[in-house]
Amino acid sequence: MTERTTVTTTPYTIGVAPFRPGDTPSFGDKFVQQPGDLNRPDPKTCSAQDTASHASGLVRVLNDDGIAEGEWDPGLDAATLIKGLEYMMRLRIFDDRMIKMQRTGKLSFYMRSFGEEAVAIAQTMALEDNDWIFPSYRQPGAQFVRGRDMVSMICHCIGNTEDNVRGRQMPVHYTWKEGRFISISSPVGTQFSQSVGVAMASAYKGLDEACISWLGDGTSAQGDYHYALNFASTFKPPVILNVVNNQWAISTHVSLATGGRTFAERGLAYDIPSFRVDGNDFLALYSVTKWARQRASAGLGPTHIEVYTYRAGAHSSSDDPSAYRPHDESECWPGGDPVERLREHLINIGKWDDKKDAKLAKKIDSEVMSAYKEACEFGDLASGPYPPASTIFTEVYESVPWHIQEQREELGK
Amino acid sequence: MAKMNMIAALNSALKIQLESDPNIVIFGEDVGYFGGVFRVTAGLQEQFGPHRVFDSPLAEGGIAAIAMGMGLNGLRPVAEIQFADYIFPAYDQIVNEIAKLRHRSGGEFSSPVTFRTPAGGGIKGGHHHSQSPEAQFTHTPGLKVVYCSNPRNAKGLLTSAIECNDPVIFFEPKRCYRGPFYGDPHNVPTWNDHPEGEVPEDYYAIPLEQANIVREGTACTVIAWGAMVHVSEQAIKDSGIDCELIDLQTLVPWDRDTIVNSVNKTGRCVIVHEAPKTSGFGAEMSASIQERCFYHLEAPIQRVTGWDTPFPHTTEWDYLPSPSRIAEAIQKTQEE
Repeated sequence: MTERTTVTTTPYTIGVAPFRPGDTPSFGDKFVQQPGDLNRPDPKTCSAQDTASHASGLVRVLNDDGIAEGEWDPGLDAATLIKGLEYMMRLRIFDDRMIKMQRTGKLSFYMRSFGEEAVAIAQTMALEDNDWIFPSYRQPGAQFVRGRDMVSMICHCIGNTEDNVRGRQMPVHYTWKEGRFISISSPVGTQFSQSVGVAMASAYKGLDEACISWLGDGTSAQGDYHYALNFASTFKPPVILNVVNNQWAISTHVSLATGGRTFAERGLAYDIPSFRVDGNDFLALYSVTKWARQRASAGLGPTHIEVYTYRAGAHSSSDDPSAYRPHDESECWPGGDPVERLREHLINIGKWDDKKDAKLAKKIDSEVMSAYKEACEFGDLASGPYPPASTIFTEVYESVPWHIQEQREELGK
Repeated sequence: MAKMNMIAALNSALKIQLESDPNIVIFGEDVGYFGGVFRVTAGLQEQFGPHRVFDSPLAEGGIAAIAMGMGLNGLRPVAEIQFADYIFPAYDQIVNEIAKLRHRSGGEFSSPVTFRTPAGGGIKGGHHHSQSPEAQFTHTPGLKVVYCSNPRNAKGLLTSAIECNDPVIFFEPKRCYRGPFYGDPHNVPTWNDHPEGEVPEDYYAIPLEQANIVREGTACTVIAWGAMVHVSEQAIKDSGIDCELIDLQTLVPWDRDTIVNSVNKTGRCVIVHEAPKTSGFGAEMSASIQERCFYHLEAPIQRVTGWDTPFPHTTEWDYLPSPSRIAEAIQKTQEE
């Protein structure tokens, strides 16, 4: 019999978050990468390999002083920038109001986009109106860009009689067909591979449409992420696949999500042009997404984007990040705050000031409040009314089969 | 009418659908250039082009996901899962996503995907080419579950499955692709001499939710699906008992009236399936029948099923319900 030997080295690697509660977080003051470091290749001729430095680097437009610089500056007019700022402010104010509602028992659950407002908003603004949006739970902001009525959104979050998904889904799981905003699903990552099929259908029909989808750094461990990249690489449909690397998947730090290099670099192995972009830089996000959209229009297929950002808030209303990360970690993030940065830029170019900002914030806040009040007229969480119980049995199938009809009659409602 | 085996009949259904609906796309592992490992899609890529009939990467989870995406964006995908045993990487996409999309989106989105998948044993396929996982889908609200048994119903049911606006899991008993299977591996007939091997060449559809009374009888109702329909037919012959044999065809939703009328008439019932007994669809049938027919029943309902074990390789004939086991169960219902 062989004698067992004792292994004294570490058996396997366990990733370590850089900072835990009690630590003093420091990421360095600023990003080392600067706007202008990276060129903007021609989307119509670029190969995946041409984006190698973009996948390992960081595409930026706004410099540390809030000035737009370099080839990636999308050259947006002030009106568009102000719209972007307004959407982001609206999302933040909406989120703040909703989390207060949740805290006072008026919503069962909520998830904020805090710190990541630019992601869905800049990216949706860079798309065409007929493009498909296949979000995860932290991209509700796309709905503001597409003009969804806040009353309808709040009715969904409450789950009242005007909830367009009839009280069937948890709050924040929006569906909005009119805005081509496809139903959000809780099992993370499933939408990513589905979005490839959505884009294939658009291509099959010969339409100039793209589909955009997002998932998180944690979710990139799911098979669906790799299915999506591989099927997109194989069939080359017009799809824009984003990994929102916000450092945290609930309490799991990105160091435990992968042992690989940047998320963006994974795309290169699939021969998909890939970019890592400052996710708190509205202009950079807009610009890279526009590049991907132009690429899709040219019939050259997918683009992979790592949105490098930080989840400034809790994962959800059920989460308390102070249990696993320093309370002030988000304030140390070198990317700063996306709303502040666009605001600073607009002030720098003389198109915005504090007075206008305060006025807009006040206007949005009162719109959110009145939307909330209006939504409650269709039922609040505590006392309803809710959708009728019969909606449990409908839309399971196109028509109600006999066995479900029998069960509905058994319930007697 | 033409003589067709089940492969030709399924191929005919797919071809007619591709001709009539430009939104139909067919894909899966090996289904394009090669025409499928069982040849069900043979010739379709050549006729309809590589964008409508194509090979996919080997990832069932990805196949199901793109099917869902295509379906919600206006196409009508028919995806092949090469063996039902390999459907499980797609389980989340089918069960949590495709099945629930219509409901969870308040009816704003739906995805009319059909998954065709060869299932069942009798081909010396061992554990991972022989399973019959229908119960793992009948338990999922939002899916329709169909199990064909012969060339004629294969074509008619597949047509309905594809035309259905709900997602459908369509099981094909691979043992019966080229001939009916009566439970004797040494006697391998073809569909040539079988009446259900006479298949209309033109379009036709067999409604889902409709069972087929294969044989009328008065002494006992035998309910089966897939290859077990033929094994049960042989068992009835061997038993000499005047049984009514019902091919369920669609498991969700099943044909309540045909089943209830038959059991109320015979007062006795045997349910036969290949899948393991515990939580098999026979359990659901048995429970539902006793709820509806209790006062007409003269004897306990019998189930003849695969064992609650993994599916074996060389000993598969002792695993699958045999004519003698089924005949014994029929006999048992007569003794009470």
